[in-house]
Amino acid sequence: MALSRDQIAQRVARELQDGFYVNLGIGIPTLVANFVPGGIEVMLQSENGLLGMGQFPTEAEIDADLINAGKQTVTMAIGASIFDSAESFAMIRGGHVDLTVLGAFEVDVNGNIASYMIPGKLIKGMGGAMDLVAGADNIIVTMTHASKHGDSKLLSNCSLPLTGKGCIKKVLTDLAFIEIKEGKFHLLERAPGVSVDEIVKLTEGELVVPTNVPEMQF
Amino acid sequence: MAGFNKVVSSYEEAMAGLTDNMTVISGGFGLCGIPENLISEIKRKGTKGLTLVSNNCGVDDFGLGVLLPDRQIKKIVASYVGENAEFERQMMSGELDVELTPQGTLAEKMRAGGAGIPAFYTATGVGTPVAIGKDERQFNGRDYILEEAITGDFAIVKAWKADKYGNLVFRRTARNFNPMAATAGKITVVEVEEIVEPGELNPDEIHTPGIYVNRLIQGTFEKRIEQRTTRPTNNK
Repeated sequence: MALSRDQIAQRVARELQDGFYVNLGIGIPTLVANFVPGGIEVMLQSENGLLGMGQFPTEAEIDADLINAGKQTVTMAIGASIFDSAESFAMIRGGHVDLTVLGAFEVDVNGNIASYMIPGKLIKGMGGAMDLVAGADNIIVTMTHASKHGDSKLLSNCSLPLTGKGCIKKVLTDLAFIEIKEGKFHLLERAPGVSVDEIVKLTEGELVVPTNVPEMQF
Repeated sequence: MAGFNKVVSSYEEAMAGLTDNMTVISGGFGLCGIPENLISEIKRKGTKGLTLVSNNCGVDDFGLGVLLPDRQIKKIVASYVGENAEFERQMMSGELDVELTPQGTLAEKMRAGGAGIPAFYTATGVGTPVAIGKDERQFNGRDYILEEAITGDFAIVKAWKADKYGNLVFRRTARNFNPMAATAGKITVVEVEEIVEPGELNPDEIHTPGIYVNRLIQGTFEKRIEQRTTRPTNNK
């Protein structure tokens, strides 16, 4: 079975380490916050100017002056700090954020990512995504392995305009956990009940498959 | 106006001198921390052909989006422009020129503009459509592109509190692009929720010093929320 949105988030959360400063993108990445393993502390960075993002507010706590990068009302965790946008991206560009998780339309074997624009169709802008992928060393991309029509999103060359070049090393899809190195995809783990053949079939870029591909456990 | 007192008495006075085809830099992220009354004044004045520099362009009936129906905006420099149907229509039809700029690059362009730095190199955008036509250079084996600073004829800013000298304090994430915008305007106009006497703000806690501020006005704010998300009260 392909992973649910929650399971993708749950698997990503296992990559969190105690003391990590983490930026979570909009969509599935946001859900990672719900699965922080017990016994570790992480601090969430929201690029509109908040380090130490808390949970959503109660109706009584809603504050129009306190939102996250997805423009949702949020609260501050204990130990939070507030800063302006230039400071926020100094943190990001300067490589101070330990882990960035974000979505994508496509990634390719050279670590290129396309996530912000479908020409002639969807033009909303890159927001902070280009800064995040250029600034972070440790990035996990979450996305579905293939489109609804079965077209692979793990390609030999991205077909859409790029968000970043050569910056992605790890991809977690609904079918597999994949590492990108030396111009190839490497299959690390598969979703429970998903066969290697199925993953190979839906991966257009070159995929290296080791003899033993462990199944993710939930 | 006497000495360092920056307070003006009307929005008309606050935006006096704004004329067609000027560049206006605006603070705000989404609808949070936007100078909503200064935007309304631009709409009322009917100034046209504006180049706007702002992270977003509001929604259809609030924020900078209100300047769209009368075609007051000629060009916008922004990082994210979703959530606005009229914007999308004008962009797709070519009536509106849109320069998509990565959010961190946009913040740094404003910061650099206000700090007298004409351009800077960044890795953001290398190998993407953003890099087209820009100077590329390697430092320590990594590729960077040259991004130019932005300054505006006007900067419009929303702060929480100010003293009459224009020293500013922002609140929560309504700070966002406002401090950088404040530095980058030839004329910087700030609207706030409260104006106090000089000496009442703690100098250690001022976010933007008054030297950047030309005009100051106290307003009342709707502070519309774009994505109202809550958790149940009893859920810890």
